[in-house]
Amino acid sequence: MDPAAAKLIGAGIACIGMGGAGVGVGVIFGHYLAAALRNPSAAQGQFGNLIFGFAVTEALGIFSLLVALLLLFAL
Amino acid sequence: MDPIHQFDVTKLYVFGHLGGAEIAFTISALYMLLSVALIALLMIGATAQRAVVPGRLQSAAEISYEFVANALQSTAGPEGMKFFPLVFSLFMFIATVNLIGLIPYTFAVTAQIIITSALALLVFLTVIVYGFWTHGWRFLRIFVPPGVPVYMLPLVSTIEVLSFLSRPFSHSVRLFANILAGHITLKVFAGFVVMLGAWGALGWLGAVLPLGLTVALTALELLVAFLQAYVFAILTCIYLNDAIHGGH
Repeated sequence: MDPAAAKLIGAGIACIGMGGAGVGVGVIFGHYLAAALRNPSAAQGQFGNLIFGFAVTEALGIFSLLVALLLLFAL
Repeated sequence: MDPIHQFDVTKLYVFGHLGGAEIAFTISALYMLLSVALIALLMIGATAQRAVVPGRLQSAAEISYEFVANALQSTAGPEGMKFFPLVFSLFMFIATVNLIGLIPYTFAVTAQIIITSALALLVFLTVIVYGFWTHGWRFLRIFVPPGVPVYMLPLVSTIEVLSFLSRPFSHSVRLFANILAGHITLKVFAGFVVMLGAWGALGWLGAVLPLGLTVALTALELLVAFLQAYVFAILTCIYLNDAIHGGH
């Protein structure tokens, strides 16, 4: 296979990993919203935890995007 | 139409050579100085009057102070306030640099991995030095979570050590990759406008769609620019909490 074509295919495959991060971020915000509607007074105190969970989950998706970008532009 | 071209670090003035390395004043340094000057101007200008009823500028400074102070106190406790200058500087620097980088034709400093790694390593080394300074060897107890059965400890401690060591990596790459990916996406969609525009009247009609998307993406990037600064600051607070309270 042509190396350039293999790179592009690899970049596309690497981006599949972002789907998992998308599911994770959805779960975090969905559960936060569900919990916040049950107990709105406690919601404000958990905002930091929400952002922390979001950041940690999102980082994994960003890593797969980084692999795709490295394949496309750097390697 | 290379979307990576915007991240090239151009040298503005070369001072000379030190050993084999070139010492130069780059566009990256220019934008960092610019943002530091902007923050200093905002803070000095805001506190010059010190009115009881704050004006617009003073409100901005007070809101940013309280925002960071609340985040720090809720994650690291009241003892964490001794690290307020560090966290506040990091937050304001990253937020300002991100926001300046969003202006077209400017340079996004945080899209350089070396800048974000330096910031993340600063936090990482601060945690290690302060942790060992206050707790001594007992600081290593952050790798031994309480309530874990003894036969599970080797596995759990290995995972804790690995996750501790990968902190500066994930801390820096998160900010870097978010800003990098955002700016590349913006450039790619802006490139669609130019490509469609080259097709004549029909292309001009079609170009409205990517143009609208570019505007929407800029709004999203505005949110990301602020959110990533907040995330960087709050992760710094959480890591500092380990150093202050020795984990548990």
